[in-house]
Amino acid sequence: MKEMAFILTSMVLVDNLVLTKFLGICPFLGVSKKMDSALGMSYAVIAVMVLATAATWPIYNYLLAPFGLEYLETILFILVIAALVQMIEMGLKKYAPSLHKSLGVYLPLITTNCAVLGIAILNIDNGYSFVNSLVNAFGGGVGFLVALVLFSGVRRQIERSNIPLAFRGIPATMIAASILAMAFMGFTGIVEGMFL
Amino acid sequence: MNNIITKERLDIVLNGVIKENPVLVLLLGMCPSLAVTTNGVNGLGMGLSVLFVLCCSNVAVSLLKNFIPEQVRIPSYIVIIASFVTILGLFLKAYLPLLDKALGIYIPLIVVNCIILGRAEMFASKRNVMDSFMDAIGMGFGFTLALLIIGSIRELLGAGTWFGLTVTANFMEPMAIFMLAPGGFFVLGCLIAIVNGITRYRGKQPEKAGCEGCSACQGQTGEAE
Repeated sequence: MKEMAFILTSMVLVDNLVLTKFLGICPFLGVSKKMDSALGMSYAVIAVMVLATAATWPIYNYLLAPFGLEYLETILFILVIAALVQMIEMGLKKYAPSLHKSLGVYLPLITTNCAVLGIAILNIDNGYSFVNSLVNAFGGGVGFLVALVLFSGVRRQIERSNIPLAFRGIPATMIAASILAMAFMGFTGIVEGMFL
Repeated sequence: MNNIITKERLDIVLNGVIKENPVLVLLLGMCPSLAVTTNGVNGLGMGLSVLFVLCCSNVAVSLLKNFIPEQVRIPSYIVIIASFVTILGLFLKAYLPLLDKALGIYIPLIVVNCIILGRAEMFASKRNVMDSFMDAIGMGFGFTLALLIIGSIRELLGAGTWFGLTVTANFMEPMAIFMLAPGGFFVLGCLIAIVNGITRYRGKQPEKAGCEGCSACQGQTGEAE
């Protein structure tokens, strides 16, 4: 229980996927303009991350590892994630059309989101157990949500302010992200203090 | 020799390196360009890795373009790319273990690099093998150049060294923040601003880009609706 809480807090605050590991920068820059789309994208990412981990962890540990096929990890994981996203989309379309309408546009983009594949591989590299892997995936997703939602507020202010022409758009956004990343560095060490 | 290397093909290469530099102009492949550029060596290593995968995948996609059905082209491209990334990963593990350790998780993540899938979709699936190869060389060197610049700046400011050689020991205290996450965002933001400034100075509108400019993503969103 303690270990799970440890993983969760450190993934959300200290090892934030977007701001310290630079995973999922494309959606971070692409869909953080509005709070609504930031939330929608983040929910979809959380769901896909947890499900992708639930699918890839058993495949690696019960199918690839016993037969010495670890080198197929990359190919298999990306295919599993792509197929999974496709199935989630079809399922949502059939059984939850209203949810599909709000999340549907974000789902295909998630296949090429490096955060999802990144989490699946990180779980294997860190040697987490199945439950801890799921917690890690959930924490990573929540960290993504926190970063996107905080940043959508920052971006609204950026768009209203008068900045030099060359910095308009992406450059100003990157520099704001740099300041936000600096703020998140303040959390370093907080988890050890909380649990140890 | 003359009919293989023509002026148009050289233009394709130059276009990739400077005019449509994938990182600084098209804003593709941001994740690795921020994550592994803590020093010049890592930036160069990542750039050359992507160059290798891009060349192989562009040639393979261009050769197979008539055999891949339209509906399953994106998954097919992903499998082709993932195979070359696996080859690259095994090669690095065997011969360059230090670089492999430094790049870590970002080597398998080359699979989801927008540049490679984007070039397969936008260029290699429509053009002949030689053109696709030239495009891959141009884009790959453009990516390598950008990563080398970012890595060198961060290493110089953050550690006071360049490719491991001490440079600024006597006149500047290294600022460790440039080796950390905020420094990555800051340096890349400033570089893009400089490129934007030059583009504006020459009287052109900067490229609209990021995920919005990536055709692979757009193609997929289009299919979903």
